[in-house]
Amino acid sequence: MALALIVAPLAFALLAFLVPSERIRIWCVPGGAATHLGLVLWVLHRGEAGDPGAWLLLDPLGKLMLGFASVLFFICSIYVPGYLALRRDRPNRVFVSCLLLFHAMLTLITLSQHLGLMWVAIEATTLASAPLLYFNKTPRSLEATWKYLLVGSVGIALALLGTFFLAYAGLRAGHHPSLLLANLVRDARQLSPPWLHAAFIVLFVGYGTKMGLAPMHTWKPDAYGEAPGVVGALLAGGLTSAAFMAILRFYRICVAAEDGAFARSLMVTMGLLSMAVAGVFMARQRDFKRMLAYSSVEHMGILVLGIGLGGAGVFGSLLHMVNNGFAKGVLFLSAANIHRAFGSKVTNDVSGALQRVPVSGAMFLAGFFAITGSPPFGPFISEFTILNAAFSNGRYVVGGLFLLFLAVVFVGMGTTVLSVVFGKPRTVEGTGELANGFLTIAPMAACLSIVLLLGLYVPAPLDRLLREVAASFDSTQVVP
Amino acid sequence: MWHLTDPLLVIVLLLNFFALGTSRLRAVIGATATQGVVLGVLAVVVEGHWSLRPVLIAAGAIGIKGILIPQLLIRAMREATIRREVEPFIGYVSSLLTGAAATGLAIVFANTLPLAPEHVNSLLLPASFATVLTGFIVLTTRRKAINQVAGYVLLENGIYIMGLTLVEALPFLVEVGILLDLFVGIFVMGIILSHINREFASLDTTRLSSLKEE
Repeated sequence: MALALIVAPLAFALLAFLVPSERIRIWCVPGGAATHLGLVLWVLHRGEAGDPGAWLLLDPLGKLMLGFASVLFFICSIYVPGYLALRRDRPNRVFVSCLLLFHAMLTLITLSQHLGLMWVAIEATTLASAPLLYFNKTPRSLEATWKYLLVGSVGIALALLGTFFLAYAGLRAGHHPSLLLANLVRDARQLSPPWLHAAFIVLFVGYGTKMGLAPMHTWKPDAYGEAPGVVGALLAGGLTSAAFMAILRFYRICVAAEDGAFARSLMVTMGLLSMAVAGVFMARQRDFKRMLAYSSVEHMGILVLGIGLGGAGVFGSLLHMVNNGFAKGVLFLSAANIHRAFGSKVTNDVSGALQRVPVSGAMFLAGFFAITGSPPFGPFISEFTILNAAFSNGRYVVGGLFLLFLAVVFVGMGTTVLSVVFGKPRTVEGTGELANGFLTIAPMAACLSIVLLLGLYVPAPLDRLLREVAASFDSTQVVP
Repeated sequence: MWHLTDPLLVIVLLLNFFALGTSRLRAVIGATATQGVVLGVLAVVVEGHWSLRPVLIAAGAIGIKGILIPQLLIRAMREATIRREVEPFIGYVSSLLTGAAATGLAIVFANTLPLAPEHVNSLLLPASFATVLTGFIVLTTRRKAINQVAGYVLLENGIYIMGLTLVEALPFLVEVGILLDLFVGIFVMGIILSHINREFASLDTTRLSSLKEE
């Protein structure tokens, strides 16, 4: 069953590669995404877990990530035919195939219980997403792809080294070294502590590069700035969250080894640093797609900060992963529509988006309020939970800095967003909303409705799943 | 065959220094290729006896690291009609000195960590860390994009040596997956390289600087 989840998008990728017609091929993406979503819902409904000890297994964390990634990919897949129909000038065979291949590998990450296999899948997502960044074939997108590929590959190579360190920690302890998650969690107490520490640091830097935590975030503004909007949404919502999930799997081993405090202090520091760096670079940012990249750096920081605070922060952080993913969907897709309508993505040329593209402009503004944690949207709830975890644990300095950085980001991002949305369009050329049509507007609306819904109430099955995942990190630490 | 491990690892370390000190791009690629072949032989030597699995892994490593990847790099080099200089940001002597310092650091680091009894007097872990650090030095101090790829290959070689200590934890499929990912990675990099060459008429990475904060 688990295998079918991976094979389905792979089959559609192959189909897309073989279909000769450009016009028909673009429908392979929604087709593959809908099939995948159907299978995921069926698996989640049946609650099938698979045999313990198997390589592919849906644990609670995997369920959360897989369900989230599948819904996000489905929503974004609706946008793809609308987008590619506007780009008839470019051959889309590689783009469509790689998009589906990327989704298959993302699914493999969520299912992998063998940490070596998980590494192979994460590296494969990097390789599958490189041609997506390079779709526009401009010198700037070429430069961005090169940086993405090189920085990403080196980061992931470090993660492999960290994975080996972890296996060595088991070898040193004198038992059969294994990279199966279940075995590592079971034998965690016997793992050699120095190797475990070294492993976590190297892994955190490695997968942290993939997540885009500061100071390893340098690929992010270039990649998100030059990639098509829908690719940005999938990377900022899906791939970075998958890298976060990889870190969580290793963190679980640290918790089981009663060595969580070390990992938590590292995560709090790196989380705050990422927020600070994002705040600095977001101020006076004139390129609104690069601005979104820094927003992604900030929110990845919030995710690891929440885990680092422990207790209720873990729940908040997991919920924030979902909120951030869908809010990024609204922002990247509306930014793409605005970019296309004005033919530019810097605030010198773009203003008055509300007049030229009223729906996309309004969505961009609403997305801004959502991502910066304004009520009634979802991120408000999750950020508030994390803040609450900080203060109730007596971490007043951390909580204070968290609030300060949120405020700095709000002001910095607000300046750019407001000048894009309000005012009068300065140029006459460019297209209006009509050129966008239903397919490029509905996905934004869907993402925004989900973010709004999560702010008003968290559906019971999701709430149960989030609590179950949070509990798996809480077994040995004191819950406040 | 265990007694052959350390001499082979010494060759790996010497190749690191050769890659750092040479001024010819082709020689750097040659060093990574030779290293790939040595690593393939090591896969059999470390196992200690002949069996199918290590021989297959060795064949894969030699084929991909020793032949395919160097061929890809040399083709990219020929296409770009660059034959000569490595053009480092820092001089060759300082490169070598940094490499020597990194190797020393790697030995000290490997000795501070508690090793499994069978690796206490072996060069496996120091050589692994030293090669990883050498890869980093080549990656960060060279101007040509092909050189950066060669640095990445050195880095991967170092990690591969670490993997030799963990034969039991790495199932065959995963090991093949890792090699395949490396190959596809270099292949994609090669494609991007040829586009860079066409677009910028150069593989000098200092030209890739239009994306930055104002």
